[in-house]
Amino acid sequence: MHMADALLSPAVGVGFWAASGTVLAISSSKVRSDPREYLVPLMGVLGAFVFAAMMINFTIPGTGSSGHIGGGLLLSILLGPYAAFVVIASVLTVQALFFADGGLLALGANIFNLGVFPCFIGLPLIYRPLLKRAGALTFKRRMAAITVLATVISLQLGALGVVTQTQLSGISSLPLSAFLLLMQPIHLAIGLIEGLATATLIHFVREARPDLFVDDGATGMSSSPSKFPTKLIVGLGVLALVTAGVFSWFASSQPDGLEWSIARVTGRPELDATESFVHMRLADFQKNLALFPDYKFSFDAKDAVQEPTKQKEGATTAPEAWPAVDAGTSLAGVVGGLATLSLVTLVAYLLRRRRKEAVSVGTGD
Amino acid sequence: MSSIQSALNDFASLDALATQQTALSGLDPRAKVLATLGFIIAAVSFDRYAIAALLPFALFPVVIAVLGEVPLKPIGTKILVAAPFAIMVGVFNPLLDHKPLFEIFGISVSGGWVSFASILIRFALTVAAALVLVATTGFHQICVGLARLGVPQVFTTQLLFLHRYSLVLAGEVSRMNLARELRGGAKSLPLIVYGPMLGHLLLRAMDRSQRIYQAMISRGFNGEIRSSRVLHWRTSDSLFLAACWFCFMGARQFDLSHLLGAILLGRVT
Repeated sequence: MHMADALLSPAVGVGFWAASGTVLAISSSKVRSDPREYLVPLMGVLGAFVFAAMMINFTIPGTGSSGHIGGGLLLSILLGPYAAFVVIASVLTVQALFFADGGLLALGANIFNLGVFPCFIGLPLIYRPLLKRAGALTFKRRMAAITVLATVISLQLGALGVVTQTQLSGISSLPLSAFLLLMQPIHLAIGLIEGLATATLIHFVREARPDLFVDDGATGMSSSPSKFPTKLIVGLGVLALVTAGVFSWFASSQPDGLEWSIARVTGRPELDATESFVHMRLADFQKNLALFPDYKFSFDAKDAVQEPTKQKEGATTAPEAWPAVDAGTSLAGVVGGLATLSLVTLVAYLLRRRRKEAVSVGTGD
Repeated sequence: MSSIQSALNDFASLDALATQQTALSGLDPRAKVLATLGFIIAAVSFDRYAIAALLPFALFPVVIAVLGEVPLKPIGTKILVAAPFAIMVGVFNPLLDHKPLFEIFGISVSGGWVSFASILIRFALTVAAALVLVATTGFHQICVGLARLGVPQVFTTQLLFLHRYSLVLAGEVSRMNLARELRGGAKSLPLIVYGPMLGHLLLRAMDRSQRIYQAMISRGFNGEIRSSRVLHWRTSDSLFLAACWFCFMGARQFDLSHLLGAILLGRVT
C-alpha cells in the first residue's frame, strides 16, 4: 500500500527521503561495480515486467476477489538485493509520477517501505538462509513456503512502516492501535496471496530455465552472494525515524500529534521546557512577520486548543485561544476560501483565453 | 482488458503532452522539478486543520497546467482514481475527532471533518503538481534533470529503461491477456494458469534484455544513456524558480484566503 503525501508531514517525508536516498546511492554504486555487464538492460526490462505483471490479476483461492503481485521479493531473487532495490525505486518513481500512486514527498517513505524490507530483510535474512537448510519437505514445497514467509514478513514490516510514518506525521487522527489493527491483518492476507503467486511464478521459471538459478536456487541470476550491510540498513531506518522525530518537533510551531504521542509514550511532558521555548520563538517570529497578526494568530491559536494534553504550550497563545471558534473568523475563512477558488478559476480562464487568441491571431496571419 | 489498455494510453499520453511547444518548454527541467518539490513541501507543511490557507496553492498546478497546455480533465480523472488510500485513512478523522472547531451559519463543524477535508485538498494539490510536472516536462527530460541534480546515474538510466520498456511489455501482456480472454478465459485467472502465463512473459523479457544488451554494446554503450539535448540553466530559470518559491513561502506564511475573506467582509480597516 502506498503512503500518500497528504498524510505526511514534511519532516517525516524528508527524513525518509534521506534514508532511501542513502540506500539508493549505496545500491547504485554496488550495481555500477557489479561484474554482470548485462545487468543494466536486464534491470530495465524486469522493472517493466513488474509493471506488466501488476496489470494481470489472478483469482484469490476461496474468495471471489483477485489480486496482483508487488514484485519486491521476485526482483530480489532474480537480481540480487542492490539491483532489485534500484529497480523497485524506479518502479515506485514512475508510479508516483504517472499514476499518482503515493506522491513525490512520500516517495522516500514508499521506497523505504516497499524496497528496503524485501531486498534487505526478506531476501538475505529469510529467503536465502532458510532455503539453504535441508528440510523434510520437497524442494518445491519448501521453496513455496519460504517465499510466502519472506513475502509476508516484508509486507508486514512495510505496513508497519506506513503506520509509523502516518503516526509520526500526525495528520490522520487514527490512534496507533486502531491503525495497526487495520493495516497488519489486511497485509497479512495480501502477503499470503502475493507470496503464493510469487512462488508459482518462481517455480515455473525454475522448471523452464534451471540455468538461471545458479546455486540451489537461492541466488537467481545474481553473482556470488555478498555480505549484507543489514546493520547499516537497520541503522538508516532508525536514523530516519529519529531525524523525522527531531525535525517534526523543531519544525512544529504548534503542538501536534507527534508531541502528543511522545507525551503518551513517555508518560511525562518532559520535553516541555525546550519545546515551549522553540514554540515561543516561532510565535514571536510569526507575530513580527504577520501583516495582520489578528487573523494569523487566531488561526494559530485554534490549533493550540486542539491538544488538551499540551496546555503548557497553549499558555503562550491561550488568551487568544477561544476567539478562534468565533463565527466571524470562520466566516472570513469560508468567504476567503471561496473567493480564492474563484480567483484561481478566473486566472486559468483568462490565461487560456489569451492563449487561444494568440493562436488564432497567429494562424490568421 | 479495457482497463489495461486505458492505463497504457494514459501512460503514453501524459508523456506525449510534454512534446508540445509551450510557454514552459523552454524552462530547464531542473527548475520545474525543484519548483514542484518546493510546492509539495510547502503544501504539506500546514497544520492538520488548514483548509482555507491551502486553497491559494491551487493556483500553481492550475497556472502551470494552463501555460503548459495540459488538458485539465485527464489530470482530474487521475486524481480521482488515485484517491482511495487518502480517503480510507482520512475518513476516520470525522469519526474520531468530534471537537467542534468552528461554527458556520449556525452549524458547528467538528475538527475531524475539517482535517478530513484538509487531507483531501492536500492530496489533490500534491498529486496534481506531480502529474502536471510530467505533462509539462516529459519523463526523459526529468531524468536528465535529475541526473544533473546529482541523482546516481545508475538510477536515472534505470528510470529511462523502465519507461521505455514498460510500454513494450505492457503491450505484450495486454495481447496475451486478450488472446486468453477470447478463448473463454475469465477476467481474473486461477494461480495454476497465472504462474505459467506470467512465467513465459518473464522468460521472454529476460531474453529480450539479452538482445537489447547485445544491440547496445554493438553501438558502444558504456553504462549511461546520452541525451542530445544539453541542459542550460538560464536567468529565466532562476527567475521562475525564485518566483515560485517566493509565492509558496508567502502563501505559507500568510493565510491569503482569510485575508481575502476579511477584506471582502470589510473587517480590515
